[in-house]
Parts: sequence; structure tokens; C-alpha cells
Amino acid sequence: MSTVNGRLPAAIVGEPEPRAPEALLRVRGLTKHFPVRGALGGRALVRAVDGLDFDVRPGETLGLVGESGCGKTTTGRMLVRLLDSTSGSIEFAGRDITHARRGELRPLRQDLQIIFQDPYASLNPRHTVGRIVAMPLQVNGINPPGGTKKRVQELLELVGLNPEHYNRYPHEFSGGQRQRIGIARALALRPKLIVADEPVSALDVSIQAQVINLLRDLQRDLDLAFVFIAHDLAVVRHFCHRVAVMYLGKIVEIGDRNDIYQHPQHPYTRALLSAIPDVTTLGPAGRIRLAGDVPTPLNPPSGCRFRTRCWKAQDHCATEEPALITRDGGTQLTACHYPERGALSETKAAAVG
Amino acid sequence: MFRFVLRRLVVAAVTLAVISLVTFGLFFAVPSSPAKVMCGKNCTTEDIAQVEQRLGIDQPLPRQYADFVKGVFVGRTYGSGDFRQDCPAPCLGYSFRNNQPVTEIITQRLPVTLSIVFGGAVLWLALGISLGMVSALRRGTVFDRAAIGITLAGASMQVYFFGLVLLYLLVYATGLLPFPSYTPLTENPARWAVGLLLPWMTLGFLNSALYARLSRAQMLETLSEDFVRTARAKGLSTRQVHTRHALRAAITPIVTIAGLDIGTSLGGTFITETIFGLQGLGKATVEAVQFLNLPVVMATVLLAAVFIVVANIVVDVLYAVIDPRVRLN
Amino acid sequence: MVKLPASRSGEGPYLRVKDLRVRFDTEDGVVRAVDGVSFSVERGRTLGIVGESGSGKSVTSLAILGLHNAKRATISGEISVGGRQLVGLPEEEVRRLRGRDMAMIFQDPLSALHPYYTVGRQIAEAYRVHHPRAGRREARGRAVEMLGRVGIPQPGKRFDQYPHEFSGGMRQRAMIAMALVNDPDLLIADEPTTALDVTVQAQILDLLEDLQQEFQSAIILITHDLGVVSQVADDVLVMYGGRAVEHGSVEQVLRRPQHPYTWGLLSSVPSLHGDADADLVPIKGNPPSLINLPSGCAFHPRCRYADRNGDRSRTDVPELRQVVERGHLVACHLPEAARQRIYRDEIAQVGVAR
Repeated sequence: MSTVNGRLPAAIVGEPEPRAPEALLRVRGLTKHFPVRGALGGRALVRAVDGLDFDVRPGETLGLVGESGCGKTTTGRMLVRLLDSTSGSIEFAGRDITHARRGELRPLRQDLQIIFQDPYASLNPRHTVGRIVAMPLQVNGINPPGGTKKRVQELLELVGLNPEHYNRYPHEFSGGQRQRIGIARALALRPKLIVADEPVSALDVSIQAQVINLLRDLQRDLDLAFVFIAHDLAVVRHFCHRVAVMYLGKIVEIGDRNDIYQHPQHPYTRALLSAIPDVTTLGPAGRIRLAGDVPTPLNPPSGCRFRTRCWKAQDHCATEEPALITRDGGTQLTACHYPERGALSETKAAAVG
Repeated sequence: MFRFVLRRLVVAAVTLAVISLVTFGLFFAVPSSPAKVMCGKNCTTEDIAQVEQRLGIDQPLPRQYADFVKGVFVGRTYGSGDFRQDCPAPCLGYSFRNNQPVTEIITQRLPVTLSIVFGGAVLWLALGISLGMVSALRRGTVFDRAAIGITLAGASMQVYFFGLVLLYLLVYATGLLPFPSYTPLTENPARWAVGLLLPWMTLGFLNSALYARLSRAQMLETLSEDFVRTARAKGLSTRQVHTRHALRAAITPIVTIAGLDIGTSLGGTFITETIFGLQGLGKATVEAVQFLNLPVVMATVLLAAVFIVVANIVVDVLYAVIDPRVRLN
Repeated sequence: MVKLPASRSGEGPYLRVKDLRVRFDTEDGVVRAVDGVSFSVERGRTLGIVGESGSGKSVTSLAILGLHNAKRATISGEISVGGRQLVGLPEEEVRRLRGRDMAMIFQDPLSALHPYYTVGRQIAEAYRVHHPRAGRREARGRAVEMLGRVGIPQPGKRFDQYPHEFSGGMRQRAMIAMALVNDPDLLIADEPTTALDVTVQAQILDLLEDLQQEFQSAIILITHDLGVVSQVADDVLVMYGGRAVEHGSVEQVLRRPQHPYTWGLLSSVPSLHGDADADLVPIKGNPPSLINLPSGCAFHPRCRYADRNGDRSRTDVPELRQVVERGHLVACHLPEAARQRIYRDEIAQVGVAR
């Protein structure tokens, strides 16, 4: 979708409340194309992320959901500048950080942190937990009152670990505890926004719930904003105020949690929700079946990218790309020419061949 | 695949050009002059100048390099008048030492090194890989532990020690083998083989140690792969699982390392050649460096580079043949 | 050929596992990965085995197929497949059953397929190993037929492609085609959809169901995902620390769960329904180490109700016993009345068990 001057009409930012505070994170037209060598030696572009617009306000949690290859992880990495964007802008706390250099980023790093999926790979096995958690403080030359050790122990306690364990090594902890260490590290600088990339997907069910609860408590107590990247819509529902559904590098629907989960308008959102096997329903429910796989981002379908798997697609969908706007009186933004109406349960029976 | 090979060949040509330039440059950075070395003690300045002119090293450096390149591709002429020497392409010049054409030196020396390396490689690959694979399959048994012990000893030994021990045991002490010598394969295959048996055994044992350890590690890793479990779940016999599924995957990295090892060795196995008194490329290179014999040094260095570059290409092609995932990218 | 007893028309469950124990002797100590598990599966039925990492669910499935290394694993108990007792049977005889009478689908189809061979060749190989007289052409025909059967478009062309040329979902379909090429009576699927996206997962689960209708095979579905179990299983076995803690029909276990661990699992799972703002109710602590399993009921250190019956949970291993309904087995020391009261007062209202 195209944006003029990076400013969107108020309707698109989608904030019904007039007293909405200024966005903490403002993303406009964010794009990432990876050049790859094609099969015949030619060059090709993987359109991993293709023009995202969204805002995150202070203390708000935005869920970024979608299937593998939708670009959610690439987006997260661009937000914390682990990857440079191809085009578009990222504004954080009123400053454009899209092209900020290392030195300029340093003060921002304090406010903007990331938690990774794999708690095994993201902690240096040769460092003690205390050193791992203290690292962000030292790198940024911060001497907290009462000393680094005291602060580290506070952090460990905050995430539910025994503060006496600060001189143990990561391998002495279980998967869930390691993820807590990663969280403590991210919290060390008292950030305002945390990008969490699949923080609970590698964990066992019983541990997953512990970590989700921890993140929820931290979010509320510290008034943290989150960009929460996940493929599990049920997890996102328990953590996020707002949800953006991505498909092939684009946001197809974004809005408040209740709208997305109860009155989804985009056919893809509906398909995704109905594909989730839910414990509360026994036996094969009337699920919407999507045929085939996600197309390759090397050569995404023209017009609406979802049209090749969509049961409502018309000729029109191949030629004109639907804008991400409010549709049919909904409060969320939907990029679909033929949005669905009504509550989710009503389309359950619609099977797709 | 064709494009891939073509691209690699272009890169190879550039690599060789850079290596030849660097060698050329290095040589002239050396303070002493080859003309002085050749001319001997009682040389006048004129004598030296004459020698320099004859050798072609009186010219400015870029000119000399251009002449060298021209000689390789179209041939060149040295000196003039009575001293005139025509050198047809590929001309690598004449030895400063005895005026022998360098191409002739190479054609004499190369078969020796080729014989040593290929014979040795066959031995070290056969011995190393089979030892490694068997100990991986019998992990933890006496065989495995013995194999690990022997390979550890082999891996930590040096050619000049082990070679001399073999020489003493098999030649001097027992007379089981004649002192190593080189007979061309085309002349008398049996004598060729007998004459080179000692260097083969030396290289074979020492290198097989490394290959055994590598193969064992690779095989153990492969045996724990999911696809091996799938193969067993299909009901394949243990033998089929090992040969058809595990071996093929385990061998891939070994092919890479073997290719590069052979390529490097072809540049000269100086120590082995010296111990067994064989006139191979390695010896030629070291002697040429001692005498500042630029044309021979250039030729041997470039040849070694060619072997390494070619080995690299061969390995890449082999890799693509073995692993279909490489083929597409 | 080994002569096999007539089994296809055999009565009773196709697979019967009784008091299965799998032990590994490691340097750190003895790992009792499976410690006395019993269950059975009839043809045309699906048993879901649920548990977290280290619960012994995968070890159980590998034991049924006889895929454990005999030098390292000690297996005891009974595994009867179509009337044949597998424990103690020579490897060669188990091998003949593997892939023919019982087959397996693994979690990650990319690593479970050999990267250097075409998908078709790997399927044909599975066919030929049990049909030694089948020629190359016949095997190819059969493999192409199976590829088509599992919903792979252009199966003739796909036959000659390599696993990395398939998408994740297609790879898992190919894996299923390979498992079913010999029309096995028992299919074990170990986390078959964990590596897949939800929309593809839904396709694969549907496919498994369709194929079961057609082939009437007995299926064991191993998963950590209670949602998946609720969709496709007829019976459910919940494992913890290598032991069965609850066993019954899917209705009984997921609708009227009786074991505190099952309660904990169900209330930990985030759901698409119910109050999104309510906190999840996780199980405290971490799954136990199998080397150093807690004494008595392995779940007692994490159980809220372990204190309600003196020291018994700490000292005695609870037996799997029938509770309330026929076929619903639970291994818990809580007295029947106490459990009913807890369930009614504390569990039924919260979490997804509602």
C-alpha cells in the first residue's frame, strides 16, 4: 500500500479515542527485499516484507501473527535494527531511527530491546547468568545505584529466578528458566518497547503458560510496549491488545483483539483462526480449509496476494491490490475487496476445495 | 552447471594471474641478484650485466612480467645474434642454473610427484575411510578403541620421522624393499610400484590417520540423523541403511577435504621426496628458491596454484553431483 | 520368508502394549524413559499420546517399532502387533514387520527424508524392501499412486524431485505416502504437524483422517498439542515422567479430566475462547529429570493437591485405576470424593476444561 509522505489519515491509524497518546513506535511503508540468485543465474528479489504501516503506543502490545514466510520475523529484526530496511521508515519515540548509525542507536537501544525464540542459542554458554544480564548495563556504561550486582539480582527476582543463582551458567537452567534469563537481560535497561520474537514457541505447554503470565505481569507493572511476534494465535490472544495479521509480507488485517478474534473480516484471518485446533471443541469442527501452501515471496501473486488461496476471489482481485482501510463499518483495517461480515462462528461451515 | 564451471574458471584465471604477479614481485624484492649467484665469485660488473641481459632481467619489472606472460601464451625469443634462443609456447623460460628449459624440468619432475601423491592418496583414502567407517559402526568396541589409538599416533607423527623409521625397518634392517626410486609407469609398472611403495606407505599411513578420525566422526553424526532412523523404520536391513543411506551422506565432507588435500600435495611433497631421494616437484621448488632460479620458481609456484585451483573446482563439481541441494543454488 | 501367523483377521486390538519399560544405562545413571505403560489400539481407531518433553511418549513409539539401539536400551514388557509378540523377537523378524505392518511418520519431514535421493526413489525403496519381486517400474507406479493419493499434484513429476524442492506440507504428505505405501495396519505419527503452519496442519490432520477411513489402520498420534488431540483422537493417554497418568476416551480425558496434571495442562493452554484477560493457570516448576525422578507420584512436586493425603504421594507410586466411568483410568492418590470435589469446585470453572 502506498502512503503519501508517510502520513496516514486518522482513520487508517485506527485510533477511535481522541485522547490517544502519541505513538511510541511508528512504522510507515516498511519494506525488506532480499536479493537472491535465481535458478538460471539471474537476480531475483525475495519480497520478505512489502510495505507495512502500523503504530504501537506506549504500554500497548501489538501481536504480529502469520505463517512461516509471512515476514514477521524479518519485521521484528528491522524494528530493532538488526536488519536494515530496503525502504520505509521506523520512528521510535519521535525520532527517525530508520538509518541511525551505531553511535546514534546506543541511547535508543536502552529503550528498545528484543527477546529471541530460542533460549538455548541466544545465551552465551560461557558467561554466567549474572554477566549475561549485566552485559547491557556495562555496554552502555550504566552504573545503577547500589551497583550492578544488586541490579542484576533485582532483575533475576523480577523474572522469577532465584537471585542467588547469578553466578550459574545457562546450561544449569531449564528451557523456561533460560527464557526468563533472556527476559531479564532485555529488562536490564528499563526499555519502553520490547520486540519478542516467538518467545514461548520453544517451550513446553506448562512452561509456556508461566512465561506468558510473566510477560503479562511485566507488561502491566512496567507499562511496557510489546511487538509480540508469534504464529500461535491463541497465545497472541492472551497477550496482545492489538493484532496485525500478516500474509506474504503484507498486513492483511490489523485491529483490536476483540475485532480480530470475534469479527475478523479478512478471509485469511478467518481461515487461520478456524484452522487452529482448539481443545474446547472435540472432533473435526467445521474448519475452513485453505488449499495449497503459501506462495513464494519471490514471485507473489498480483493484486491481492491471498487471492490464490481465497474462496471469495474474483477477477478484480488479481488486478487491484486492496488497500488496508476500514471496511463495512468494522473498526479494524482490512485489506480485502470482499470482506467477510458477522461473527466468526457464522463462516465455520464454509469449506474450501 | 556449465555456467557455474565457467564462472569458476574465470575466477581461477584471475587467481593465477594474481599469484604470478605476487611471485614475480617477491622475487625482485630479494636483495641479491640471480646474475651474481650464477656468475660466481670473480665476476666483473660487465660480466654481470651481460648475464643479466641474457637472462632478460635487465629490463624493468613490468616489461619482464609482460615478456613472461607472452612467453607462456605465444612463446618468446631470448637474447640476440649468437645467443638467440627461440622458446615456443608454452614458454616458461630457462633455468638460470643449467639453462635447461623449464618446461622440460616440469615434465621430468611432475610424473614423480603425481605418482607419489596418487598412490599415496589411494592408500590413505581406502585405509582411512574404511577404518573410520568400521569404527563408527562398532563404536565402543575393542576395534574402535584400537583404531582410535592407532590413528591418534598416526596423526601426531611427522613424515620425516615415520618415513625414516620405515626406511630403516624395511630397507636397511630387513632388505624387504629396495631403496625407493622412480621408474616411469609406462616403462615398467612393477618397478614403478615397488620403487614407490615406501613413500606411499608413509603418506598413506599418516594421512589415513586423519581420514579415519574424520570418517568416524562424520559417520557417527550421520547415524544419528533423522533420515537414518526413517530408513530403519522402512524396514531396510542394517547393511542397506549403512551403505545406501548413511555412507553417502557421511562421505560428502570427506570428498571435499580429500580433493583439497590431493590438490595441495600435487604442488610438491618436499619432505617425502627428500627423505626418499626422489626428484619430484617439491624438491625442484625448494632447490630453485635456494638458487634464486626465478623461471623454475615461477613455474612450480604457478603449477602448485593450478593444482589447488583445479582441485577446488573439481571438489565443487563433485559436491554438486553428490548433493542435489547444491545443484540448484 | 518367516512364516507369520494369520493376523489380519485377528480379534481384539491390533496393538497391545502391556507394562512396557524402556531403560537406558547412561554415564549419569539409569534413565527410565518409559516405566510400565499399557495401552491398546484397535484398527480404525486413533490413540493420542500426550505429554511434555521427557514424558516418554516418543520413546514408547520407537520401542514399538523396535528402533532403539539394542545395546543401549533395555526393553521389557509386552508389545503385541497383530497378535505377534515383538519384545524379544530377533531383529531380523521385527525388521520384516517394520514399514509393512507398522509404519511411522516423523516430526520434521525435511530431516527425516534423505536429502540426496529423490522423494519418489525413497518411497519406491520402502515398497521394494517388502516386495522383493517387484520391479523398478512397478515400485515407481506404486509410489506415484501413493503420492497422488496423499494429495500431491502432478505426482509423476514430483516423483523425481528432491525433498528440498517440496514445501513443508508437501514433504509431510510425501512422508505419509512413504509410510502408507505398504498399507500398514498400524501407523505411528510422532508430532506429525508440529513443524508445520496451522493451515497446513489442518490439511495434514484431515488427510490422516481420510486415509484412516480408507485403510482402517490403527493410529497412534504423539503430540504435545492438546488441540490436535481433541480434533483427531478417539482415546487419549497422558504421560508424565515415563508413566501413564490418565487414560480414557477423548471425551473423558479432555472433558472430564481427573488427574491434577491433566487439569494443569488444560488450564495452561491458551484458548481462542473464554476470557482473554484472565491469567493462564500454569503448572508450577519444571518437568522432572528422568534420571532423578521424584519418588512416589512423579508429579507430586508440582501438584497443588499432593499434601492432601499425608505422605502417600511422596512415597507410593500411584497405580492407574478406573475412576467413575468405565475405561477412564487415573493414577492419583487423591481419594475419589476429594477429587470430585476439587474438580467441581476449582477446575470445572476455570481454564478450558469448562
